[in-house]
Amino acid sequence: MLDSKIPEGPLAEKWSKYKDNIRLVNPANKRLIDIIVVGTGLAGSSAAASLAEMGYNVKSLCFQDSPRRAHSIAAQGGINASKNYQNDGDSVHRLFYDTVKGGDYRSREANVHRLAEVSGSIIDQCVAQGVPFAREYGGLLDNRSFGGVQVSRTFYAKGQTGQQLLLGAYSALSRQISKGKVEMLNRHEMMEVVIVDGKARGIIARNLITGEIERHSAHAVVLCTGGYGNAFYLSTNAMGSNASAAWRAHKKGSLFANPCFTQIHPTCIPVSGHYQSKLTLMSESLRNDGRIWVPKNMKDVEAIRKGTMRPVELKEEDRDYYLERRYPAFGNLVPRDVASRAAKERCDAGYGINKTGHAVYLDFASAFERYGKTAALTQGVNNPSHETIVELGREVIKSKYGNLFDMYKQITDDNPYETPMMIYPAVHYTMGGLWVDYNLMTTIPGLYAAGEANFSDHGANRLGASALMQGLADGYFVLPYTIGDYLADDIRTGKISTDSPEFDAAEKQVKDELAQFINNNGDTPVDDFHRRLGLIMWNKCGMARNEKHLKEAITEIQELRKEFHANVRVPGALNEFNPELEKASRLADFLELGEAMCLDALERAESCGGHFREESQTPDGEALRDDENYTFVSAWEYTGNPSEAKLHKEDLVYDNIELKQRSYK
Amino acid sequence: MNITLKVWRQKGPNSVGAMETHQMSDVSGDMSFLEMMDVLNSNLIREGNQPFAFDHDCREGICGSCSMFINGEAHGPGRNVTTCQLHMRSFKDGETIHVEPWRSSAFPIIKDLTVDRSSFDRVIQAGGYVSVNTSGATQDANAIPIPKQDADDAFDAATCIGCGACVATCKNSSAMLFVAAKVSQLSLLPQGKPESKERVIRMVDQMDLEGFGNCTNTGACEVECPKGISITNIARMNREFMSSNLTTK
Repeated sequence: MLDSKIPEGPLAEKWSKYKDNIRLVNPANKRLIDIIVVGTGLAGSSAAASLAEMGYNVKSLCFQDSPRRAHSIAAQGGINASKNYQNDGDSVHRLFYDTVKGGDYRSREANVHRLAEVSGSIIDQCVAQGVPFAREYGGLLDNRSFGGVQVSRTFYAKGQTGQQLLLGAYSALSRQISKGKVEMLNRHEMMEVVIVDGKARGIIARNLITGEIERHSAHAVVLCTGGYGNAFYLSTNAMGSNASAAWRAHKKGSLFANPCFTQIHPTCIPVSGHYQSKLTLMSESLRNDGRIWVPKNMKDVEAIRKGTMRPVELKEEDRDYYLERRYPAFGNLVPRDVASRAAKERCDAGYGINKTGHAVYLDFASAFERYGKTAALTQGVNNPSHETIVELGREVIKSKYGNLFDMYKQITDDNPYETPMMIYPAVHYTMGGLWVDYNLMTTIPGLYAAGEANFSDHGANRLGASALMQGLADGYFVLPYTIGDYLADDIRTGKISTDSPEFDAAEKQVKDELAQFINNNGDTPVDDFHRRLGLIMWNKCGMARNEKHLKEAITEIQELRKEFHANVRVPGALNEFNPELEKASRLADFLELGEAMCLDALERAESCGGHFREESQTPDGEALRDDENYTFVSAWEYTGNPSEAKLHKEDLVYDNIELKQRSYK
Repeated sequence: MNITLKVWRQKGPNSVGAMETHQMSDVSGDMSFLEMMDVLNSNLIREGNQPFAFDHDCREGICGSCSMFINGEAHGPGRNVTTCQLHMRSFKDGETIHVEPWRSSAFPIIKDLTVDRSSFDRVIQAGGYVSVNTSGATQDANAIPIPKQDADDAFDAATCIGCGACVATCKNSSAMLFVAAKVSQLSLLPQGKPESKERVIRMVDQMDLEGFGNCTNTGACEVECPKGISITNIARMNREFMSSNLTTK
């Protein structure tokens, strides 16, 4: 049933040959074809802009008040590309290899290779659009390193790379809106995909200002609706980030792949109280210069917790730089899953350094010194004092990560230039998503998924600075080609009518579901249920999972779901601006998806990447894959109830890479 | 902490609004302002009342959604912060806090504290881009070296989050800081130069059309801008605008 449609031929030639032979739609015919793009993050904005530029009629939707606010905007650290500007031996193959290895051999070779191939064009494109990447004094582009690799291939714009890339894509989108090629619908949420004769032919959307339920038809629908990290309630996602579009598509027939593959990011600001609404990331780029540690001795841990000792007072020899100790080859720049688990290991052993016991230090003291010394030399400061060196070093760090340090101070009221940052892992990204073939088409013909919403490129663990790369690759350079192959059959179809039984049924279903929330006689706000779901997910389907906990979680989620539908209170009316209604509708989907995540985690009785099953580990506590039994993509089919989803397997074939136990030692 | 909140309540664009008073107890200093508002809303829902509608999304100061006028200041007290990054430790026990929406005729109120800022999108659509196709078939990214200072200045202008605090703060409801930030970013970079004359004229025209006021150099926008965008950008835009008007046909 599952055909990934990977082209024949040698790996490095697959994409170019395929592109050369793919069917095209001629310019006059493109004008006869409508495409709906849902979501305006990097994938959505770039896809909508590119498709409109090619001549298709595009409708673009976002739930925010402007397309520029999609959560790609919050990505901090950077974007990878195999430009080899730093002359450190980088190449398309090396980026491909690092990404497959980083994903713990659970992604498709052909997709990842294509991603690596187009990575360089992304940087060219963005510079041409006026994206102000960081530059060196010679005027050329600067790079930095990210986790899991041994080259500097990450392009960046301070700690605001996502913002600059998204504003670039937003400007391309705005240009097409001004030409009338994109009809932009702000504050609109997709509620349902409409399937006519087996093909995706439109959507039902809700105008969030008026509450009106609208019908929109098209020849193809593209979902660029991001990930589902908010199933955990607390995550680095935006408050509005949700899985509803993807989950509704799943319930209409799209297979959902690897839902248990979630990424817990190692460096986030720890939780401070029960009222907490979200967690804030401190970019992985900080691990270029920050060293992670906890005290070696329990008495120092206790002194620090009590406040009788400050971390800067602890001697070097009493600190445990545990990543450098355990992983000498990659040190602080091990991949995210490895760094997160190592922090959890230390905190579980009792060495966490804040009141809750869930925090470790990220320390910049040695970077201040290292940069300070260089700065003193280049600025001709003779015999600089230690204070001068540190001061100069702080200036360098400020220029690299100033906004992150400001953000940290703002949230914690601690000055990270004076004392090490406290960090702890938090949910950040979801590698799983809608199953797509090589063309990025889901199992519903005419329904595509791009960016974080699909599953294809990151396997079981995404490397830093690869999400921006994938979002823009899908939207600018992959989808605009592959969608033509499908639409070539639609040049004579004509406009799709919204006046059909299929649209009637989908609209009625949406209206009924929303009315139930408003008419419910409950007494509990949506957020209370969302917090409870989050706790179940974090405790039992988080950084470490086991059979017992997962089975418990499934039962608890089923009960919570019942309680939610019986007791939730949604104030206000249907036909008005009603943020609580939006939240209720999204949470209803998370309450189903959460169960699917646990079910998938239970089924995959191996550890790989971010998915750590306690039953499957090496003697020294590393993730132990089971290639013989689990070298496949788990693609789940909805059969009417999340508990009874049917598993389909897409076998992963590695012709070009030898499967190895991942080692960063 | 105990706090008295006076929050703007307005059912819709054409309804009459008024301040509504609510008491908040057990407010922690580590709460963000929006988390405090979440608690208020949860309480209101439990009591069977209507919560306050407000825009928010990333809650890390970058998406530009949040937009509250707190105690007479856009994004409240403190410099270089958005409402979502403002923490309750900035307030004193027993304090009364006034919370209002952005006020500008170019930002009509949708409900309570939520306003419509689509006028900003239309200003960008008028020319806030480089006219390059997304084919990827451009020249190599390093083909044109850009002096670091120009790249850094362009970046500083480009960090605008489009929140509208400048407009809400300005006594003229001027959007000059917002428009100037985009004009500056693109005119500082070689990629934006070819269109710079037409761009500034088109964007300023659209700005006027949307009903934003003009700049009278009070500098208030710069003070309240959560990203610290400098009014030097307004000077640069004025210069571009003047010379473009004099030199274009």
